[in-house]
Amino acid sequence: MNSFERTMAAISHKEADRVPLFLLLSLFGAKELQMPIKQYFSKPENVVKAQIDMKEKYQNDCIYTFFYAPIEIEAFGGEVVFVEDGPPNSGEPFIKSFEQISKIQVPNVHQADGLKKVLTATELLKKEVKQEVPIIGVVMSPFSLPIMQMGFEKYLEMIYFRKKDFKKLMAVNEAFCVEWANAQLQAGATAICYFNPLASPSMIEKNTYLATGYEIDKRTILKIKGPTATHLASGRAFPVVEELLATGTAVLGFSGDDDLTAIKKATQNRLCLLGNLNGIDMVNWDSKIVNERVSHLITKAGQGGGLIISDNHGEIPWQVPEETLLELSEAVRKYGTYPLTRSH
Amino acid sequence: MNDRSFLGEEFENALLQINRVKAAEIFQRCYEENQKFEELEHLAIHALETIGNGWEAGTISLSQVYMAGVICEGLIEKYLPIMQIKRKNMPRMAIGVLQDHHALGKRIVYSILRAGGFEVMDFGQGLSVEEIVRKTLENQIEVLLISTLMLPSALKVSEVKEELVKKAAVTKIIVGGAPFRLDNNLWEKVGADTDGKNASSIIGIIETEYGKAGE
Repeated sequence: MNSFERTMAAISHKEADRVPLFLLLSLFGAKELQMPIKQYFSKPENVVKAQIDMKEKYQNDCIYTFFYAPIEIEAFGGEVVFVEDGPPNSGEPFIKSFEQISKIQVPNVHQADGLKKVLTATELLKKEVKQEVPIIGVVMSPFSLPIMQMGFEKYLEMIYFRKKDFKKLMAVNEAFCVEWANAQLQAGATAICYFNPLASPSMIEKNTYLATGYEIDKRTILKIKGPTATHLASGRAFPVVEELLATGTAVLGFSGDDDLTAIKKATQNRLCLLGNLNGIDMVNWDSKIVNERVSHLITKAGQGGGLIISDNHGEIPWQVPEETLLELSEAVRKYGTYPLTRSH
Repeated sequence: MNDRSFLGEEFENALLQINRVKAAEIFQRCYEENQKFEELEHLAIHALETIGNGWEAGTISLSQVYMAGVICEGLIEKYLPIMQIKRKNMPRMAIGVLQDHHALGKRIVYSILRAGGFEVMDFGQGLSVEEIVRKTLENQIEVLLISTLMLPSALKVSEVKEELVKKAAVTKIIVGGAPFRLDNNLWEKVGADTDGKNASSIIGIIETEYGKAGE
């Protein structure tokens, strides 16, 4: 059984040969190729080589074409700050005033330099892996993108007190998100990971989300011409499971803070779970802890399919040792082979 | 339920609903009834602490914590001059964000401290180790609060500590932010003096542990 078939079985709530493993390796590719992060992301060919190499090395079940979150901000003309040992970060927010919002244009995804590199990497990777490995593209949700566009404080002020400005920016972001997601699908992505941290009640109270971002998410996901995985980037997912399910998303990236038993029960045969290992804490894990965490996760949520093992934030940190990832991969094969035994 | 706790609950609800007008009305009522700044301070801090605990328990959102802090900060700002109260400037405190530009955590802690009547300098965000150390020394800061969102930024705290020690500064470092919540021992590993897991606990930490830092 190949990675694609294994993943499709999990999403269809069937037990494949084993639980799939999605190591979401992005900047980790630079470590693999032993080159500075900025240099690594400057050429799509680097990402292609590292993704293929890491797929083999860690027996990973996905190809992840995510470069870095502020690549979308770059497309809008914003700044990206590179550091030597972590994900590139958005610089100072490019929206300085609410008045600026009405002048913002939807970037052309085929003309923005960074986005073009992602599309090229996706096309090249598709030629390499064909239909054997799922290729996961990434977009930021229209509702969560303004955190980088204008800074969280200003954005919250807009959500609560400036409805017209909010609506204007959402229209721009929605159009961009749909175009960007569909371009990746056209380039060969199998599915789109729809990052939406602000949909989590850890970030914004549920009633405000339902009154603001939720309708936008429903519309956007409907217009994306392929399967989506909604990812809350380590925010709690359980209180909004039903609502997220109603958006038509097929997979849910959930949190280490979610109650595993409760969320499995709520999603059984309805929504495939993706998660929920703590990537930050993973830096400290030894072999024993890796085995405990993986075994616990599979025992609680692996029965009947519907589980893909991953970290809970959407990116393995630079500081996690390679040995830990190798141990993790081995532990998934050890404990995640179907039919599961309940004794571990 | 006595009047004080009833008022407190009403105030907390107004904050959670991000209802600035209602919160201001309750504050005014408290002022008219008591004429004591301590009562206003208690109303604000108690509500912020309860809200902070709710966030930690997963029942309240980060956005509510932030908005509650901003509303309380504004109210205290308004009543300080009315009641001729000066801000507490002991210990000398400053707050900043290392490396990145995600300033929400910093803003929350800043608002809570200001709502508690404390003076705190804002060093800004996107700071390098050199910048934060220079500003700390220049301003003779006794308690430095460092907020981070990303793991690499959190790890840079150890360099800040190292540089301050080299310069013989006795500044205490309090850290906060996502990496420290996700790794319980990270604050110790980077050489911080205290871990401020919940922003609302900051006033308690300052009063009990650092209230006499300058002495």
